[in-house]
Amino acid sequence: MKRLLLSLLLIASLLFAFACERKGGPGAGGQTGPIIIGYYGDLTGRTSNFGQSTKAGVEMAAAEINKAGGINGRQITILSEDDEGRPEKAATVVTKLINQDRVVALLGEVASGNTLAAAPKAQAAKVPMISPSSTNPAVTQVGDYISRVCFIDPFQGAVMAKFAANTLKAKKAAIMLDFNSPYSRGLTEFFESSFKKLGGDIIDKQSYTQGDRDYKGQLTAIRSKNPDVIYVPGYYGEVGVIAKQAKQLGINVPLLGGDGWDSTQLWDLGGDSLNGDFISNHYSVDDPSPAIQKFVTDYKARNGNVPDALAALGYDAMKVLADAIKRAGTTEGPQLKDAINATKDFKGVTGTISLDAERNAVKPAVVLKLQDKKYIYQETIYPEGMTAPAAPAAPATSPAASSPAAAASPK
Amino acid sequence: MDTFVQQLINGLTIGAIYALIALGYTMVYGILRLINFAHGDIYMVGAFVGYFLSFQLGFATGPSLLGLSVVLVASMIAAALVGMAIERFAYRPLRKYARMTTLIAAIGVSLLIENLFVARLGAAPRAFPQLLSEQSYTLFGNAAISKSQILIFAVSVALMLLLQWVIFKTKVGTAMRAVSFNLNSAKLMGINTDFIISFTFALGSALAAAGGVLTAQYNPQIDPLMGILTGLKAFVAAVLGGIGNIPGAVLGGLLIGIAETFVVGYGQNVGIPSTFRDAVAFAILILVLLVRPSGLLGSTVQEKV
Repeated sequence: MKRLLLSLLLIASLLFAFACERKGGPGAGGQTGPIIIGYYGDLTGRTSNFGQSTKAGVEMAAAEINKAGGINGRQITILSEDDEGRPEKAATVVTKLINQDRVVALLGEVASGNTLAAAPKAQAAKVPMISPSSTNPAVTQVGDYISRVCFIDPFQGAVMAKFAANTLKAKKAAIMLDFNSPYSRGLTEFFESSFKKLGGDIIDKQSYTQGDRDYKGQLTAIRSKNPDVIYVPGYYGEVGVIAKQAKQLGINVPLLGGDGWDSTQLWDLGGDSLNGDFISNHYSVDDPSPAIQKFVTDYKARNGNVPDALAALGYDAMKVLADAIKRAGTTEGPQLKDAINATKDFKGVTGTISLDAERNAVKPAVVLKLQDKKYIYQETIYPEGMTAPAAPAAPATSPAASSPAAAASPK
Repeated sequence: MDTFVQQLINGLTIGAIYALIALGYTMVYGILRLINFAHGDIYMVGAFVGYFLSFQLGFATGPSLLGLSVVLVASMIAAALVGMAIERFAYRPLRKYARMTTLIAAIGVSLLIENLFVARLGAAPRAFPQLLSEQSYTLFGNAAISKSQILIFAVSVALMLLLQWVIFKTKVGTAMRAVSFNLNSAKLMGINTDFIISFTFALGSALAAAGGVLTAQYNPQIDPLMGILTGLKAFVAAVLGGIGNIPGAVLGGLLIGIAETFVVGYGQNVGIPSTFRDAVAFAILILVLLVRPSGLLGSTVQEKV
């Protein structure tokens, strides 16, 4: 009995110590010492290419800021946590970053499903969170502490529908979606409605789940309907294999995808089968604009590979956050949140970032063609109400946002 | 029509893989009355050994039949050794205790292998190098069969014939059959039962590893947890065919593969979404256990190997 009481006392005192730390620690609202920022992402799981790229982008931005003297004289420290690509783990590591490491703001995740699991924790603790690349609309609907620097799925789905209907002149589309992923389901929904509005037909819809080993059953069913294009809004791991098995079945129509395809491992899995497919993405490495080329060169020098869109978005997310901390003059949650949400015409690598009333960035998307392990720039598609810049030769660079709030109205 | 033929080919491809793995379950059960839950992970180990060997031996650069054969045989040998080690260190010391003890040990070994791999290599899927040039042949109009599928059929049929030969035409096979009838009497007859049991594990593990390398040619995505669901379905296949019965395991594997593919291909027409593919295997298991507990080819006095 005595031992039990003692151990209870010990636990209670430990809890008490943690509770005190959260309030009085230097990180939370302290105005001196380094600014601690939490990053969480999938560093070892099924989508670890996403998490690793984003992390490299975030760290590169932080290093640049620190080299230039930090924010208001304070250096940035990035604390990274691995969520293994699992939503429940994402919620756990974010809770740890908030309560134990006392971060002033959070950056992450890529996959919308994981961000959705972690966002309520940040909202409840009043710690601002910027998602670099979660495109599902529900992410920022969690609350006013959650924002993002990328476009959202209603727009991304519409971009591919427009490209399929207007540029590829497709009439019949089939969809193959990842059934358990909010990202994939969201894109499917918005592609479908936009494509129908443009006069196209969705002739078949098949689904798979992450980790399936065989996709030929679904692809054979799709093949029998003779579509002009097949929309596959999934993540690179499955998509690479789907492309390969589709070619084996003699399916030669282009597959269309989203930013979830963008990863070097896509090519290891799909190889030449991917040639001739198209994806929508946040930026193009071929973009001649000096800002993008400088970013690509610096990133290559630092990490040894070409930055994918996720690295660019991680970089932009960190820069937007730094800009907001500078403007707020404090790292207190409520003021910092207001500064982030007021971001306007921020010149990022992935375009000019302005957050709308729903805390979504309003930006154009690029369509890229996959050919011999390269993403070849095709065209830039702007949200409604946003006009193309004067020189259309340079894609995805600083388009004047005429009325961001009216554009790409999310549900 | 060609869609039907195509779905049949698709189903038989994955069915052949299930059959290869199911053989290992059924052989071990026949001899030890043990469900070796670590067997699905041997399939994964086989795929990973093949993955690392392809890079180590320099076959990853381009397709070559030589490379494929070397990698296939080497990973079969490696997996056989792993299977024997598992039997020697995890199951043999427990053989004198209740059967449940070994079963729980099997689950433990399975979790151990999976998590060792996750800890060492990470859970991220890897891309298995292509050792076979990509090419498809069409038959019956529009039905396509790829080289990797032909490989799966050819190798699995060859291995099954080889297995049949080992069991029925060789001395060690005769001993295996004797042990499956009665372990103790076999021992009294002078059969080295420990060796026979080891040999059975080696044989089953080699088949599973072949399945691993073959699937990796068909679907190049491999990860440390790939053996869980595939292993479970192969186990269902073994039960469906009649556990302990070798032709039954093959039949069960092919049936599960076809059923799964048809659910995906035609299920939508009758209101079953394609995501139910995995549920179907287990629904079949429950039905079989209710209607015919001994399985399709199993009988109460069966010849167990």
